[in-house]
Amino acid sequence: MNESFREGVLVKPYERLNQEQIEQLNSASLQILADPGVWCYNERAADLFKAHGASVSEEPQTQGVCWRVSFPPGLVTEAVAQAPSRIVMGARNPQNKLVLDAQVPRVYFGSGSEANVWIETQMREFVSVEEPQLKRQIPSFTEVRGNSTLLCRAAKLCERLDHLDFFIRPLNIQDPDVTSDNHDVNKFFASLNNITKHVQAGLTSLDRLGDVVRMAEIIAGGPEELRANPIISFIACVFKSPLQMVDETVEKVFGIVDVGLPVVISSSPQGGSSAPIQEAGMVAQINAEILVGITLTQLIKPGSPVLYGSVPVRARLDDLHDLYGCPEFNQYNIDCVQMARFYDVPSYSSAGVGDAKIPGMQAIYEKLFTHLYIALSGAQYIHYAFGLLDRTNSFCPLQAVLDNEQIGKIKHCLRAPKVDGSAVDDTLKMVKKVMASPYRLYARHARKAMHAGDISDPYRFEAKGLEDKVLENALVYMNQLEAEPAPHLDQKTVDRIFDEIPGLLPGLRQSAGLGS
Amino acid sequence: MEKQELPDEIAFNVIQGRVEAEDEGVDEGLEGQPAVTELVHQALEQGLNPKSIVLEGLTKAMDEVGEKFEKGEYLIPDMLASAECVGAAMDILTPHLLKAGVESKGKFVIATVAGDLHDIGKNIVAIMLKGAGYEIIDLGADVPSGRIIDAVKEHQAPFLGLSALLTTTMRVMGDVIDKLKDEGMRDKVKVFIGGAPTSPEFADQIGANAHCADAFQAIDILKTMAI
Repeated sequence: MNESFREGVLVKPYERLNQEQIEQLNSASLQILADPGVWCYNERAADLFKAHGASVSEEPQTQGVCWRVSFPPGLVTEAVAQAPSRIVMGARNPQNKLVLDAQVPRVYFGSGSEANVWIETQMREFVSVEEPQLKRQIPSFTEVRGNSTLLCRAAKLCERLDHLDFFIRPLNIQDPDVTSDNHDVNKFFASLNNITKHVQAGLTSLDRLGDVVRMAEIIAGGPEELRANPIISFIACVFKSPLQMVDETVEKVFGIVDVGLPVVISSSPQGGSSAPIQEAGMVAQINAEILVGITLTQLIKPGSPVLYGSVPVRARLDDLHDLYGCPEFNQYNIDCVQMARFYDVPSYSSAGVGDAKIPGMQAIYEKLFTHLYIALSGAQYIHYAFGLLDRTNSFCPLQAVLDNEQIGKIKHCLRAPKVDGSAVDDTLKMVKKVMASPYRLYARHARKAMHAGDISDPYRFEAKGLEDKVLENALVYMNQLEAEPAPHLDQKTVDRIFDEIPGLLPGLRQSAGLGS
Repeated sequence: MEKQELPDEIAFNVIQGRVEAEDEGVDEGLEGQPAVTELVHQALEQGLNPKSIVLEGLTKAMDEVGEKFEKGEYLIPDMLASAECVGAAMDILTPHLLKAGVESKGKFVIATVAGDLHDIGKNIVAIMLKGAGYEIIDLGADVPSGRIIDAVKEHQAPFLGLSALLTTTMRVMGDVIDKLKDEGMRDKVKVFIGGAPTSPEFADQIGANAHCADAFQAIDILKTMAI
C-alpha cells in the first residue's frame, strides 16, 4: 500500500560543523557523561543505567535522594544506535502524516508551546491631531489568559494554515475546572477534535497517560491502529540543565516508552547560565543531556521511537532572560541538527521565537532570522514556528497567520532546483521561439510553471500605496480562515470518548454534523 | 473536425493561449493538437464567415479570459498568451475581413520615445490592443519623434501610444505632442502615454489625452473614444 505524507520541504542542508568538529563534540559529550557524569534523581533510571554498566553512586544531597551516574562511552553509543532513524508521526487525516528520516533533510514546521497568554488583535481607527481628515487603522492588542476554548480555536486555525505540518498546543489551558488531574485529557481532546494533523504535547500527569492513549486509540480505530498511525506523541524534558535528570519527567519517559508512542527527548539549557555560552560548550553539554535521554528510552525498550530534541537558547546578558532571535541561537541549533544526523536520530528543533511582544517589524525580523536558518539546517521537525511572541509566553493567532505566510515563502525558497536535461531542452526551445517572435517576451512561457504552483505569489498582505497594511490585511485573512468549519470528530466517536474518559469539560463536547 | 465545431475549438485554444500546434496550453497534453493558427486556416478553408470566426471564436474567448482574470484565475501571462492568439488570428483574418467590408477598431501607432530602449511595457500594451481588435503599427523602441509623426501621418492613425521608462526620456513625449501641433495634426490623433515615471498629472502637463497605468486601462479608455 502506498502511504501518503505531507510534503514539507526537502532541503540541501547548510552545515556549520565539519566532520572533525562533529566528532570532537561527540567525544566531549561522552567525556562529560563519564566525568562528571549526570545527577539522576530517579531511582529506576539509576538502577537501569547501573544494570547496563554505568557507574552509579548515591550523591549526598540536602533535599531528596540523588544518584551520580558515570556512563562508559560504549553504553551510550550502543544504546543510541538502537534508536530508529525513521519515524512516522501519524494524523487523523492520513494525508497529514509525517515521515521523519534522520538521513533525509525533509523539513516540517509546527507550532508550540504552552504559552499562558493569548493575544487578540483589533483594528481601531485613529484620527490625526494635525489633520482631522487623516484617519488610520491601527491594531490594538489585548491579553487573555489561555483556556480550553481558545486552544480549540488555535487548533482549528492551525488546521487551515497550509504550511503548518504538526500541532503542539501553543496555549496552556487555565479554565477554573481544569486541574492537574484532567489537564492532559482536556488539552489532548481540545486539540484532536479541532485539527487533523499530528498532535503532540508534554504530559502533565503520568496518572492520566492511560486515558490519553485510550482517547487516541478510540480516534485511530484501536490499539494496533494507533501504533501504526500514532496520531499523538509526547515531549519529555528529562534534564534540568546542567546535567540533572528530573525524577518526575524520567518516570513519564518510562510510561510513554511503555505505551509505544513516539517521544521527544528535549533539553533546553540557556547559554550563559545553565550551559556554557560558547558554541562548543553549549553543544557538548546539551548533546550529552539528550544522549542520556535517548539512552534511557532504548534501555527501557530497544527500538523505541524517539526524537533528538534540542532547544538551546542564549541568555540576554542584561537580564538573563532567554534570547531567541540572535545569531548564537542559530549556531547552537544548527550544530544540534548536525549532531542528530550524526547519531542517525530525527531532529526536533526550534525556530520562530523572539523578544517582540506584538506582531510587527521586530517580530518579523526575529522570526525570519531563525525560520530561515533552521530550515536551511535540514531539521526534520521544527517547533515553536507559529504565533509565539514575548519569547514563548504569548500566542497570537494573527502572528501565526503571518508566520504561515513567511514559512510558505521559505519552503518555496528552499525547494530543490529544477535543473536537468529536460529543463535545459525546454529552455533551448523557448529561447529560439521567443527570439523568433515579434515581441521577444517570455511572459506567456511562464504559464505552465505558474499554474503548476512553481512560481511564488507576491506577499499576501502587501499594500499598494504609501502605507503598511500588513497587520490589517492579515487580520482580514485570519477572519476568513476562522470562518471555516472545524474538522470535529464524528458524534459517535465524541460520545464514546466522553463515556470512557473521565474529566472532560462539557463545553468541549462538539462533533461534526451529519454529512460532514 | 466539423465546420460548426470550429469556432468553439478556436475559442477553447484562445483561452488555452495556444497560437500554434506545438504550443502547450494551461491544461496538460494539448501539445501537437491544432491550435488557433491551424484552426483559423481550417475554418476559412471550410468556408466559415470570417466575421463569425471573430465573434464566435475570438471575442467570446477573450470575454471569458477577461472574466478569469477578474476572478484571479488568470494572470498577465495568460492574458498575453490569449491576446497573442487573437493577434495571430487577426493577421490571417484581416484580408478576408477587409474584403467583406469589415474594418478594425482603428489604427494605433505605438512607440517607445527617443533615447529610451525599454520596450516590455510597450510590447504588452501592443499585444493586448491587437488582441482587442486594434490594428497596431509598432515602431519599436528609441524612436525619433519625427518618425513617430511620419507614421501617424502615413497611416492616418487616430490613436498614438507613447511609452517611456526613464525620467530623462519622458519629456520627449511632450516634444512629440508639440510636433503634432506644429504639423497641425493634434486634433486628428488621440495621444496615450504610459510608463513607470508617468502620471495623469504629467499627461495633463504635456497635453496628452490620457495616461494609462497598464494595458487594461488603455483598452478601457479606448472603448470610451470610439472613432
